[in-house]
Amino acid sequence: MTKVLTDARSIRIKGRSFLALVLSPDLPLDDWLVRLDDLASRSAGFFLDRPVVLDVTGLAIDKVQLKELFEQLAERNVRIMGIEGARPSMLGPGMPPAMKGGKPAADIEVKEREAACEEPESVDTAPVELPQVRAITQSLVINEPVRSGQSIIFPEGDVTIVGSVASGAEVIAGGSIHVYGALRGRAMAGTTGNSASRIFCRKLEAELVAIDGIYKMIEDMSPALVGQPVQLWLDGDSIMASTII
Amino acid sequence: MGKVIVVTSGKGGVGKTTSTAALGAALAQNGERVVVVDFDVGLRNLDLVMGAERRVVYDLVNVIQGEAKLTQALIRDKRLESLFLLPASQTRDKDNLTTEGVDRVITELKRVFDWVICDSPAGIERGATLAMRHADMAVVVTNPEVSSVRDSDRIIGLLDSKTLKAERGERMEKHLMLTRYDSARADRGDMLKVDDVLEILSIPLVGIIPESSDVLRASNMGAPVTLADARCAPAMAYFEAARRLRGEQLPITIPGDKRGIFGKIFGRKAA
Repeated sequence: MTKVLTDARSIRIKGRSFLALVLSPDLPLDDWLVRLDDLASRSAGFFLDRPVVLDVTGLAIDKVQLKELFEQLAERNVRIMGIEGARPSMLGPGMPPAMKGGKPAADIEVKEREAACEEPESVDTAPVELPQVRAITQSLVINEPVRSGQSIIFPEGDVTIVGSVASGAEVIAGGSIHVYGALRGRAMAGTTGNSASRIFCRKLEAELVAIDGIYKMIEDMSPALVGQPVQLWLDGDSIMASTII
Repeated sequence: MGKVIVVTSGKGGVGKTTSTAALGAALAQNGERVVVVDFDVGLRNLDLVMGAERRVVYDLVNVIQGEAKLTQALIRDKRLESLFLLPASQTRDKDNLTTEGVDRVITELKRVFDWVICDSPAGIERGATLAMRHADMAVVVTNPEVSSVRDSDRIIGLLDSKTLKAERGERMEKHLMLTRYDSARADRGDMLKVDDVLEILSIPLVGIIPESSDVLRASNMGAPVTLADARCAPAMAYFEAARRLRGEQLPITIPGDKRGIFGKIFGRKAA
């Protein structure tokens, strides 16, 4: 039995990753700003229209100094979209949001407009290359129940859970999600734009299921599917579901 | 070295303190040296249930802050000489509990006692995480209703991640204590059944304590139910749970089922 569970006007919530420039200032900040100006003078407009994340991990500055740094950067037309590695006390209203979970990418080199500079530059930089879309081959196997309040986040590929996913727990996978137990929490498959991902479970009691940004609450599902072994997949913009033996 | 047990639940009012006192007294009746430690700084209750509220001079926070020696703070039970209470502070702030301080106190208690039973406060904040931090095993107290079960599930997740045992990569031994169980109401569908709770939490059962007025009566008297009336149904269930904690294999009985054939026949006829 197959049922269409979604109407055409679903709201899409998607994850997307972008390559951002990361600036890691060092102390004293004045010297660092001088070097930044030097870099900018050699490569005009380098920071224009580019998302920049400020990495302040291990930097011994306080909120006031951080605010000053923002002003200094703003004067140089460097717009900061987020801060990495900041203590919560360093952040406040009117400041960019804290970011975490960033993955390292290749260093970026600055294209120089002028003749090459002799001295080696301490700021690594250059043409932003788009990250290559990798085939999803990886998988994560969890051998115990996922408890309420826990989240399993695995954008790299499939997640298999040998156990149940409790109410209030969530599983977020770039690929498919397999639950050998009851699915009572949230399951979000294909979050990196993989619409071929599916969700499988022994017993469907989920609070929410989503595939590639299309989501569905259990209330909107056929009661005949609740408590049954079910697989869910995406057909266009509709989440389809059927029982599996 | 003694064993450290944390009695925890996430949700409040499910019977952590009652269970701590009852298990402590049950274990101590065998002559083993037991200390029950109240971690609920600011909202202490274990002293009341143990009937020692008028004998508290120093408390856990005094010991941690170095204002009193452990031996000064320990209160010996008047009925059982191998049972002790380490009360919590009612006036201090719970921020006075430090990881190092708790570590020192628990290590010292483990040397002297066979069982150190930590009564966790409700919630998942500092007091609760410190109470579970040094535990060798956990008793998760749960009522047969959905919010309690979900909170217990959350706590089990924390037991598997935020304790010393978990950080060392070892497995925390976890036991489910189902309290306030009423099989008649469970049969009517007003309460979750034992199997439903076990299926959700998937940890082994250490005891099912029936809903009973004996428990409240004992608490009001200031006695653990296992001391107040050792013959009543909840006390027997706690005694069996204590034996299971010692490692004995006993079949679990669901209280109320023993009431037996007559009840079932009448129940059917009435329906």
